[in-house]
Amino acid sequence: MIRIQSEDFDVAESYARLRQAAPGKTGAIAVFTGLVRDFGDLSGVEAIELEHYPGMTEKTLQGIWQNAAQRWQLHTCEIIHRVGRLHCDDQIVLVGVAAEHRAEAFAGCSYIMDFLKTEAPFWKKEIHREGEVWVEAKHSDEQRKQNWQSK
Amino acid sequence: MNILFFASLRERLQTGEIELQDCRAFTRARDVLEHLQARGPDWQEALQTGRIRLAINQELANLDDPVKQGDELAFFPPVTGG
Repeated sequence: MIRIQSEDFDVAESYARLRQAAPGKTGAIAVFTGLVRDFGDLSGVEAIELEHYPGMTEKTLQGIWQNAAQRWQLHTCEIIHRVGRLHCDDQIVLVGVAAEHRAEAFAGCSYIMDFLKTEAPFWKKEIHREGEVWVEAKHSDEQRKQNWQSK
Repeated sequence: MNILFFASLRERLQTGEIELQDCRAFTRARDVLEHLQARGPDWQEALQTGRIRLAINQELANLDDPVKQGDELAFFPPVTGG
């Protein structure tokens, strides 16, 4: 399931769907969640504002999942990304995959996250007491994506 | 042709969407960008090629990719989700 939403999500519900997708064939589930820290490009982050490109976001995530599912034996995925205003310690994103074995589950989950960070059209603004600042894209994220292409 | 702007670019240009009526002169995304840059110094400054990404019909694209009447183009800064 791929979903963009402003409301919070429940890891247990995603985990249950991953667990039920391929009865008898699932030996491993990997789930990643990303949260709002109190420091980003600057310290003292009070909240973040997440914007996205409706339509393109869903298409991009679908494409990333399809590439991951072709590369490894993955049964199903859960990708949930929140948009709008989020506060410190809030959940931002969940990526989960179900597979036969743990190596595929870990790799698939990590691959989806690395491509989500560099290709899915989301933009993050940090809200500080003194003002607001758009987050800059990180070279290290781009590097992580490149690493998959040379593997 | 529908042109969308997101995030810091939307804020700097003070618009999220514009409609270009006569697009017959545009063959590549670069032509559209140059047309937009010519709208004034603010546009020239905000739409510097090294700092922006683009999508044609909701797929990541390059400035040399072809465009046609009715396409949806989007310009935005490098993405920062997750």
